[in-house]
Amino acid sequence: MSTDNAKIRELSSRAYKYGFVSDLDSDAAPRGLNEDVIRLISAKKNEPQWLLDWRLKAYRHWLTMREPTWQNVHYAPIDYQDIIYYSAPKPKTPGPKSLDEVDPELRAMFGKLGISLAEQERLSGVAVDAVVDSVSVATTFKHKLAEVGVIFCSFSEAVQKHPDLVRQYLGSVVPYSDNFFATLNSAVFSDGSFCYVPKGVRCPMELSTYFRINAADTGQFERTLIVAEEGAYVSYLEGCTAPMRDNNQLHAAVVELVALDNAQIKYATVQNWYPGDAEGRGGIFNFVTKRGKCAGSHSKISWTQVETGSAITWKYPGVILQGDYSVGEFYSVALTANHQQADTGTKMIHVGRHTRSTILSKGISAGHGQNTYRGLVKVQKAAIGARNHTRCDSLLLGSQCGAHTFPYVEVKSPSAQVEHEASTSKISEEQLFYCRQRGIREEDAIPMIVNGFCREVLKELPMEFAVEAQKLLGVSLEGCIG
Amino acid sequence: MLEIKNLHASVEGREILRGIDLRIEAGEVHAIMGPNGSGKSTLAQVLAGHETYQVSGQVRYQGRDLLAMPAEERAVAGVFLAFQYPVEIPGVGNLYFLRTALNAVRRQRGQEELDALDFLALAKERMKLVEMDPSFMNRSVNVDFSGGEKKRNEIFQMAILEPSLAILDETDSGLDIDALRTVAAGVNALRREDRALLVITHYQRLLDYIVPDRVHVMANGRIVQSGGKELAVELEKHGYAGFEQDPPAPGATP
Repeated sequence: MSTDNAKIRELSSRAYKYGFVSDLDSDAAPRGLNEDVIRLISAKKNEPQWLLDWRLKAYRHWLTMREPTWQNVHYAPIDYQDIIYYSAPKPKTPGPKSLDEVDPELRAMFGKLGISLAEQERLSGVAVDAVVDSVSVATTFKHKLAEVGVIFCSFSEAVQKHPDLVRQYLGSVVPYSDNFFATLNSAVFSDGSFCYVPKGVRCPMELSTYFRINAADTGQFERTLIVAEEGAYVSYLEGCTAPMRDNNQLHAAVVELVALDNAQIKYATVQNWYPGDAEGRGGIFNFVTKRGKCAGSHSKISWTQVETGSAITWKYPGVILQGDYSVGEFYSVALTANHQQADTGTKMIHVGRHTRSTILSKGISAGHGQNTYRGLVKVQKAAIGARNHTRCDSLLLGSQCGAHTFPYVEVKSPSAQVEHEASTSKISEEQLFYCRQRGIREEDAIPMIVNGFCREVLKELPMEFAVEAQKLLGVSLEGCIG
Repeated sequence: MLEIKNLHASVEGREILRGIDLRIEAGEVHAIMGPNGSGKSTLAQVLAGHETYQVSGQVRYQGRDLLAMPAEERAVAGVFLAFQYPVEIPGVGNLYFLRTALNAVRRQRGQEELDALDFLALAKERMKLVEMDPSFMNRSVNVDFSGGEKKRNEIFQMAILEPSLAILDETDSGLDIDALRTVAAGVNALRREDRALLVITHYQRLLDYIVPDRVHVMANGRIVQSGGKELAVELEKHGYAGFEQDPPAPGATP
């Protein structure tokens, strides 16, 4: 293929755009993990006893677990005693009350990323709960949200101010014993976001969190909990970039969503963490557990994700369709270039009657990238009239990458309808020639064709995010064709 | 405008063009006719810069060495190929695709790029030339287009890009008589003093509508006869039988 030509390969030396390190004073726990570290984290955060007990229960359970090996990814063993489990940027003035008080270093860093909080607040009307390392440093629009009764704050703050809500829902979707990484997260999570939308309220703005890993060798263990009460609606955006590193960084987040009767939660992610260099050195390990529960009837949860970063991505945002007539959706674009590996997909668990789920997965592999779709559709016996439609499309660029599809289907209800479609294609010579004959250079034509391939997923994203995601796909491809 | 000298092209060791000589001046319309496998489409692909072919010989285009230019450079310099089989690009909007192409050409010409609104106005005006339904603009490039719709779309693209040299590769194939008239009328509206057209066709009927200045007959990778427009009528009566003494070049595309 002419995509193998040297001109394009030369572009692969292009450095990761967001690879810089900000000089923030860190307040870190000692390296390694034991009960004392967990007690330290809990004490630092002034947590109630029940939460410390929950963490310890998770930790003790974790000690009995083995790291999973079934996923189609390969990496050197992780030394869990060589990780710093807690690190907080030290504010130069205690507790920023407004954006003006936020550490100037930090604000400069957001400036570099093009997501200045002030700009975000002023121009786009998006409330940003910025997470740098493990502590929320600025939360905006809180008052506007408070007017309608929406709680949107850092997880730590929620523990202090709304302990009953946290206690009621924490672990209700992803139990502390769920899996190796979720259990580790339950023991050591440092911070994250909390969102609660009360009955009948439509959240007046898109909620957004920018995650950013900063201190060297700091594993980041975020915990996000979103609850939508009866008839509530919320749309949540998560986006991230990370600075360049030589050592792999583990990220094991947990996200739990709960939707009660007639509630709707849309959760969108654009993930752009450092993927490692062209030879596959460095990069983030992104081992995340994301799950939603449609607890009420006619509730709906949608996951939309655009995954272009990380050395290894390992995540299956799923939905437990418990309420009758509830709906689960999963829209995904995963791009793997250079030596990136992704094993991602979803789990749709149909429990209630007439529950519906839709899965649309678009995998793009370039360079030596390995892209795996792994999806489980499970229809329980009581799920009368359940329906699922799954489509998995893979696009290959070059001849050294791979695409794999592992659909798992378990149906116990005879009235269920489950459909699965899959396709694999290559960008053809003829498509490229057609574009070039119209004056469009190959390096512009490829992102255009790839974006076209992803369009059905990208259109599920909010407008500004979709534009960002398109650019991201373009930038990610620049470094990987050949 | 275009001067071809002793042009040879082969693919995987099989020679398909075996010494083409052709000269086209600005404002002229030349037709190339010939049986299937004579190398007509290969000539079109080679002029447009398809990299499948091993090419030798000389092609001057507006004084430049065409063969030294990559396909996209030829395109922005005003060489346009209306494809015989336009490819589908799923998910890429027709209008977005064409605006990207036009802006590439405009950058080359030193003109300002058109924004979405200005482009939309231009597109709406030019669509009328080929009586294209405006709904086509937002559909994906050639996806689920009928054969006739694809051909209209090619001529629509030509109307937008305003090339200096347009090569029409079997634009008439797959068209019913009404569509043929529409497409031909669109092409005729684009005839200009400073634009040359190279019309490749198997049948004479297209040339009833797009009347050429010169007609060339290709067989076995060579131009074997040239003449005025009456040559096309001649061919229609007698067929290509007289030109095919040699066996057709193996593997040649129609």
